[in-house]
Amino acid sequence: MTSAKTEIPATQPPLLPDGLTAIVKKDCATCELIVPVLADLASEQTGLTIYTQDDPAFPPLDAVIDDTSLSVSWHHDIETVPTLIRVENGEEKERIVGWSRPQWQQFTGVASLGAELPEHRPGCGSLSVDPSLTDELAARFGGAGLHSRRVEFASLEDEFEAAFDRGWTDGLPIVPPTEARVLAMLAGTNRSPEDVVASIPPDLTDATVEQVAINAVMAGCKPEYFPVVLASVEAACSDEFNMHGLLATTYFSGPIIVVNGPIAEHIGMNSGHNVFGQGNRANMTIGRALQLVVRNLGGGRPGEIDMGMMGSPGKLSFCFAEREHDSPFTPLAVERGIAPGRSAVTLVAGHGPTAVTDQISRSPESLVRSMAQSLRSTGHPKLVIGFDAMLVVSPEHGRIFREAGWDRQRLRAELDQLLTLDANELLRGVDGIDEGVPQDFAGTQLPKFRPGGLQIVHAGGDAGLFSAILGGWLGGPKGSEPVTVELAD
Amino acid sequence: MANPASSSPTPSMIVLDPTAGKAADRLTRSQRPSNLSGLTVGLLDISKPRGDVFLDRVEQRLTDSGATVQRYQKPTFSKPAPVDLRHEIASNCDAVIEALAD
Repeated sequence: MTSAKTEIPATQPPLLPDGLTAIVKKDCATCELIVPVLADLASEQTGLTIYTQDDPAFPPLDAVIDDTSLSVSWHHDIETVPTLIRVENGEEKERIVGWSRPQWQQFTGVASLGAELPEHRPGCGSLSVDPSLTDELAARFGGAGLHSRRVEFASLEDEFEAAFDRGWTDGLPIVPPTEARVLAMLAGTNRSPEDVVASIPPDLTDATVEQVAINAVMAGCKPEYFPVVLASVEAACSDEFNMHGLLATTYFSGPIIVVNGPIAEHIGMNSGHNVFGQGNRANMTIGRALQLVVRNLGGGRPGEIDMGMMGSPGKLSFCFAEREHDSPFTPLAVERGIAPGRSAVTLVAGHGPTAVTDQISRSPESLVRSMAQSLRSTGHPKLVIGFDAMLVVSPEHGRIFREAGWDRQRLRAELDQLLTLDANELLRGVDGIDEGVPQDFAGTQLPKFRPGGLQIVHAGGDAGLFSAILGGWLGGPKGSEPVTVELAD
Repeated sequence: MANPASSSPTPSMIVLDPTAGKAADRLTRSQRPSNLSGLTVGLLDISKPRGDVFLDRVEQRLTDSGATVQRYQKPTFSKPAPVDLRHEIASNCDAVIEALAD
């Protein structure tokens, strides 16, 4: 067999010779059974060409051609062995599969063919459709459909080290994006590999589905995650989300992906215990895929356009599913206009989490006050309006709201009231702190968050009387707006 | 069973390039002016707090040196300067100073 490298351009279907062609493999009892039939046909004047998939010495006849590369089998869509094909003027006219004596006699016009054999035997699966080989074969023979530049690592080069050396990684090893893996990733979407997903900042590269798939492979995604990755890239690169500014800021934040709808359960995302922590492949790799897209396609690297002064661990990957099944709230995506039952991603700029500890409150009136006091310290207790935030209500805290009949609107209204602050407490110099709002605001009331600047979701494990605040970034048209994108079908 | 697609040793690995494959452009820097007299210098305020304090002082020093100063401002520091603004500065000014810091 030749190496994958030399096979890549060889994607033209090999032509079958005129006359009869049989495709067989040794590891198939029906193919073994019909060896005398093949021998008879090979001795006929019309001739027979035999392609063998697994053993060039099978069957022991002169007419056998080695197809252990499976090139002929793959290109001619062989699903069953034996397959018998009639070719005229280079074109396939007819094919039969398995062994059926009357069918073979009629097909070949040889009346006595296989008289000594049983009348019927089903065929076996072709190696070219063996599930363990299909991705590799698709890459080898169908890979010319991929447009990206091929990079060949030297034989003594470790593929993981090679990726680090080329600057492709975020500090963790990546999965090498072979053609077979990228083709498998592309099977996760109906979109064409050439489709442009988004213009990726900061370089404003028009990134294709194929290029995003390469980075999703590297991040460790499975193909079924790919629709979530594509929607996340689209959302991040919208004008409203302002990925360029979020990347360039000295502040801590990066994109946070919240997944709603049936896709979350379908791909096994975590919305429960340790929801912001390690341990779930989908959560860990979907956010990383977005990060690698911005790094490798957008050119956004730390210390260059990414000017994060400290950054935060979530900039590696920050992605989680909302815990919908026992939430006191409608799903975040539904609140933001997506039809119930549909899957969507919502991107917010943020970092964290910061704890809201309250193990004593059992009434919503008390609990909301704890939350308001904690939220007040977002960014700085004396600064208002500039910073957005996301409040992540835990199941044990959420139960208190649910049992009291508080939905998201009620909770937000109470928080808005509690977080309308007397500017005199916030002025520069007050409490001996120079930081604060300018003197011009003296005597006014100021909201902690701009309208639309506080998101509320439900997530976390069953036990723990804590909630979380994900501090945001500069909110609104001058910074980043949350963006929700529905997943394509 | 023979496994045709994986039985032979692979001499090296071929992967797909995950980058946009862009090479950095090398641009030549403009000649530094030998003096500022008679030149138009643009001052771009990126809208960070107190950037105006810094630029007011710079304007004063430049004017003392005989330069004409034009002031510009980005709508927000968090987004790149609009292309029209960049074009206007490039068209009108011989040099530009940007106030980045708070």
